Amino acid sequence: MYLWFNKLGSPPHFYRIAGKWLPWLSAVFALLLITGLYGGLVYAPTDYQQGESFRIIYIHVPAAWMSLFVYVVMAFCGVVIIVWRMKLAEVVLISSAPIGASFTFLALATGSLWGKPMWGTWWVWDARLTSELILLFLYLGVIGLHSAIDDKRIASRAVAILAIVGVVNIPIIHYSVEWWNSLHQGPTVTKFDKPSIDMRMLIPLLIMALSFQIYYVIALFQSSRAELLRRERNSKWVAELSGGN
Amino acid sequence: MSEFLNMGGYAVYVWSSYGLAALILWLNWYLPRRQHQQLLQQNKRRHHGTGE
Amino acid sequence: MNRLSLTQAFIFLLRRDLTLVFRNRGELANPLLFFILVITLFPLAIGAIPELLARIAPGIIWVAALLAAMLSLDSIFRSDFDDGSLEQLLLSAHPMPVLVLAKVCAHWLVTGLPLLIMAPVLAEMLGMASEAQGILLLTILIGTPVLSLIGAIGVALTIGLRKGGIILSLLVLPLYVPVLIFAASAIENAALGLDVSAQINMLLAFLFLALSLSPWATAAALKMSMS
Repeated sequence: MYLWFNKLGSPPHFYRIAGKWLPWLSAVFALLLITGLYGGLVYAPTDYQQGESFRIIYIHVPAAWMSLFVYVVMAFCGVVIIVWRMKLAEVVLISSAPIGASFTFLALATGSLWGKPMWGTWWVWDARLTSELILLFLYLGVIGLHSAIDDKRIASRAVAILAIVGVVNIPIIHYSVEWWNSLHQGPTVTKFDKPSIDMRMLIPLLIMALSFQIYYVIALFQSSRAELLRRERNSKWVAELSGGN
Repeated sequence: MSEFLNMGGYAVYVWSSYGLAALILWLNWYLPRRQHQQLLQQNKRRHHGTGE
Repeated sequence: MNRLSLTQAFIFLLRRDLTLVFRNRGELANPLLFFILVITLFPLAIGAIPELLARIAPGIIWVAALLAAMLSLDSIFRSDFDDGSLEQLLLSAHPMPVLVLAKVCAHWLVTGLPLLIMAPVLAEMLGMASEAQGILLLTILIGTPVLSLIGAIGVALTIGLRKGGIILSLLVLPLYVPVLIFAASAIENAALGLDVSAQINMLLAFLFLALSLSPWATAAALKMSMS
């Protein structure tokens, strides 16, 4: 088990494995996406209160979930970087940041697009949107700090600390903002006893969420492979790449 | 079909959301992929240029 | 060469930092002046409508305190970084988190404490109710150390950068938001005569959390910045 983990952490090994997995992951993603889109746009019944605009939920909620998930992944990488100095963790952390920021931006934008017909205004200082906005700043901070430090190994340790401090703060910020204001709909999906949402609406949502998860891995692999080439360009295994291809 | 596209009057909002999602997801895939290919090219030039 | 105990080292560093600041007394006034200036800008910008000002006074004062704190953060480690003392501190036998705590303490005494003293005057000028002013002071007393502690992490991460100041704000402001929310809310509740224990307890929780975790994070960030 330790051997597998150790092997996975080796850059050339990860580079190859990620390359092999990409087409399969893309196929799975395409399948899930088509299913999810059909489910969300066609199969799910029209909401009696919100009409068709509720269909934005199939983008908005998975994007919001991913925005949080990716930050947690970054924090986890942060711990691995501080404790074990694993190069792969450094690459995964910094590759995840723009993807997470994109999900956050998407959650905010679709939130606005959903809010305009519902609440009559493009922006409301409701708890979820406000804490998502702060999350976006946390992501931008990671990206900014990493690009500001020239030595990328030091930069990785800096953003590792930042990610860990940030992840501790996310529940605090979220709780603070929610306590401060609440206009947003209460939790309808995460109530495990009885979700107050119709099954026919819920299932496409879960499928879309899963498809976004797979997408994250695809985008991550793509970005990580590029980042690995950039960082390791002077190493032997990268040189051998050009000989083989 | 036109009912589907109209989305009960909310067409602008719904399709903008899906369109934005498509754009963002595509960018996060395409841009790293292009960088990757550029890096592979650079790599080839470095190692074949100096070798043979 | 006498070995200092941990407490002695803490006090020594604290006194040293304070002495250094007092030698440059002009610098001391800067955060305070900024605080007063920002607060003064609001009536000028919004119009001197008493009810309006009184209503938003808690927010104005706390935003000003936040900005003043952020502006002064650089001074925690800057001079030591520039003259090499920071490296010496890192090499010393004493645990870095404790030394960091001493420096943050000094920073708070120099930047937070003056705010505490000026705040009632400014609150009065903005027309804040007197019941609320007591809570205002309490929130500043509990909140500003949190600002210094969290800010120290940001400074430690960016100390090596040329344009560190800009990105420092980006890093630190999101982390300041909970303090702002609960402090402003406490004062507002006090003005309305409502219970403030929930907000004060949250602020205390933040203080204890920051006291226990931020020195370690700051020390780790310093070690990494100096490597």
